[in-house]
Amino acid sequence: MLVDQGNKVAEQELDLAPLDEMLDEFAEEHGALIPIMQRTQGIYGYLPQAALRRISERTGAPLSQLYGVATFYAQFSLKPKGRHTVDLCDGTACHVRGMPQIVTALENDLGVKAGDTTEDGRVTLQVVFCLGSCALAPVAVIDGQIVGRLSPQKAVQLVRKLD
Amino acid sequence: MSEPIYRADVLVCAGTSCESSGARSVLAALTEELAKTGLDQEVRIIETGCRGFCSMGPVMIIYPEGVFYCQVKADDVPEIVEETLLKGRIVQRLVFTETESQMTVPYYEDIPFYQKQQRVTLHNCGVIDPTNIDEYIARGGYEALGKALGEMSPQQVIDEVKTSGLRGRGGAGFLTGLKWEFTAKAAGNPKYVVCNADEGDPGAFMDRSLIEGDPHTLLEGMAICGYAVGASDGYVYCRAEYPLAIKHLKIAIEQAEAYGLLGDNVFGTDFSFHVHIKEGAGAFVCGEETALLASIEGRRGEPRPRPPFPAVSGLWAKPTNLNNVKSYANVPQIILRGAEWFSKIGAERSPGTAIFALTGKVLHTGLIEVPMGITLREIIYDIGGGVEGGKKFKAVQTGGPLGGCLPEEQLDLKVDFDSLRQAGAVMGSGGMIVVDEDTCMVEFSKYFLTFATAESCGKCVPCRMGGRRMLELLTKITEGKGTLEDIDEIDSIAAGMAAGSLCSLGQLTPGPILSTLRYFRDEFVAHVTEGRCPAKQCTALVQYYVNPETCKGCGICARNCPVNVIEGGRRQIHIINQDGCIKCGTCLEVCPFDSILKVSGETVEVPTELIPIGTWAK
Ligand SMILES: Cc1cc2nc3c(=O)[nH]c(=O)nc-3n(C[C@H](O)[C@H](O)[C@H](O)COP(=O)(O)O)c2cc1C
Ligand code: FES
Repeated sequence: MLVDQGNKVAEQELDLAPLDEMLDEFAEEHGALIPIMQRTQGIYGYLPQAALRRISERTGAPLSQLYGVATFYAQFSLKPKGRHTVDLCDGTACHVRGMPQIVTALENDLGVKAGDTTEDGRVTLQVVFCLGSCALAPVAVIDGQIVGRLSPQKAVQLVRKLD
Repeated sequence: MSEPIYRADVLVCAGTSCESSGARSVLAALTEELAKTGLDQEVRIIETGCRGFCSMGPVMIIYPEGVFYCQVKADDVPEIVEETLLKGRIVQRLVFTETESQMTVPYYEDIPFYQKQQRVTLHNCGVIDPTNIDEYIARGGYEALGKALGEMSPQQVIDEVKTSGLRGRGGAGFLTGLKWEFTAKAAGNPKYVVCNADEGDPGAFMDRSLIEGDPHTLLEGMAICGYAVGASDGYVYCRAEYPLAIKHLKIAIEQAEAYGLLGDNVFGTDFSFHVHIKEGAGAFVCGEETALLASIEGRRGEPRPRPPFPAVSGLWAKPTNLNNVKSYANVPQIILRGAEWFSKIGAERSPGTAIFALTGKVLHTGLIEVPMGITLREIIYDIGGGVEGGKKFKAVQTGGPLGGCLPEEQLDLKVDFDSLRQAGAVMGSGGMIVVDEDTCMVEFSKYFLTFATAESCGKCVPCRMGGRRMLELLTKITEGKGTLEDIDEIDSIAAGMAAGSLCSLGQLTPGPILSTLRYFRDEFVAHVTEGRCPAKQCTALVQYYVNPETCKGCGICARNCPVNVIEGGRRQIHIINQDGCIKCGTCLEVCPFDSILKVSGETVEVPTELIPIGTWAK
């Protein structure tokens, strides 16, 4: 099964119109599965089951293949994200400058493991690799904004401020 | 209306790193200030790509004088405009200061960071506005393509690249010209040109900076390749995490097509070349060429055995030439200035320059370009300014998660493809990370192994099981539960993986750990025989204590402890309850009296019950 029960209810009302419109653009294109899924995630924030079914119908790619692609690439998520996303860079430069302690501090403070979303849907905590701002290591991206030269305390303070 | 004649150019780096240090607000302030003072008809602002000196960002260079300002903030802008642009004076506090001598260096050309560098591949990066094709053309852009199309046969182009000795910058160092020849000679139509801009190494941003700062060089190189191998379509496979690079590339393609330098009938000839961008979706293994091609085709990015090589059977099973960004970016200059010119730069068997993302515990981090054959010591000390914070150098890691670590004894090693490989490291695609005495080499190799094994596609046993098993053993060692036999077993699994894995991912995964074992075996041994982590990094082997002799009983540690395991009242010697301590190090960070001891492999005697400060006797 692609998604857990909790998301089912919301998914029934999923508006597939923007998806269909986007799929029209790709009607002719060769090997466009990944871009299609990227755009779908752009529309819904994640890959809802209903959307994957529609993509399968329209492109002829079996659901199993879509699932294979979705789970292979780190970018895709089958679960909805929280209101805020915190991406912690554990690339080598950030790693040697203390990211592991920051990850632990935030995991403790939020009560979730990296990769998960808090129960109240407030924050999704993720670990990523190299954001290309190694000179500012350790670095995080909080809701799209790069913040550098973090410490465990500074990170916890910043994340607590997200409403 | 014609462009005004400017008397000064202000170059502001707007690469990813400077942007995250605040380059946008500097640019906004500058635009506003120039308008306010009426200088906007005399002074031009140019947003450039990366200048390399990322740790000093945002950086700004003012020409014609070449004044170099670092860590510029929006608030500094009025003073820069007033002093430098109006009165021609230097704002001393924004000038680069050498740490040791405290000397100030106001001009770009004198900055020590740049002294030993040689900008060939990056010659436009940080100098031109990457979103303006005219600036690229003004610096000789697209002349090489014109020359190739107008004066050279495809075979002559291939011969020129072959003679230059250019080796692939994606890591393995395969001869670029030879690869082109294979693709050109392969049977099958159509053919494709693919650029590997996946740059999955954690801690690397060379390709990204190049595309952000000078996208046309890549496009021109790819078009020349297309002409040489007989392809009319090119793909750039770029990480989706690089939005700015993708944006600049898209703009560049549009502009080049509008000028007839890409697209149908390039330069009015019957050669056509269309470039498409494919965004990766986050999988390190997609940097491997066969996996990358699978990913462009929309499949899971799983590598397949070679041969057949992509040159024979690549994208959609057609002959495909695949190179790294930097390999293509070197080509226009080789065509324009000649193979001989290029082959004289750098080292004999590795001509040209190497681009590294120099990061970690080094004073000046950033993007550097150096002639091949330079020593590691010159890079780390002369360019990087040495280890940060007066700490002791321990190792330098090159080649990313499939590379290797080199110790102090190897610092005089010359940097080229072959010397690095012999020493147990690899060139890789260009990450260079310096670590100091605070990094545990066991943990460090575990980090790379964790990264690489998570990317194993699971198809072959040596890679799937070998990586996992080594990781278990390393985890055991970092937890102080390892034995000497475990170290030997790592050795033998590593050898098996290197010999028996299906693709280079599995074959190269043991690299970091093998080189670490070769040079830092004593650290592994200390973990298993003494239960000691020399760098005091492995949490299971580290303890924190309140120093009973210097504790002032202020309570700051107890208040900040996230798990509340520090006991003690006012003016009492505080005690850390070892059972509950999660070893986060917060107490050490917050103690105003340096009274927290961090130890490994030794015990500290402390009071067993709460007593007033100053009353402790062993
Ligand atoms: C696991 C793995 C990851 C790789 N990642 C990259 C990468 O990020 N960028 C790159 O250019 N080459 C990467 N390579 C090397 C490519 O397979 C290929 O050799 C290279 O792109 C060829 O280009 P070149 O001849 O210009 O060096 C990787 C190889 C492996 C095995
Ligand atoms: S390693 Fe974190 S930004 Fe590069």
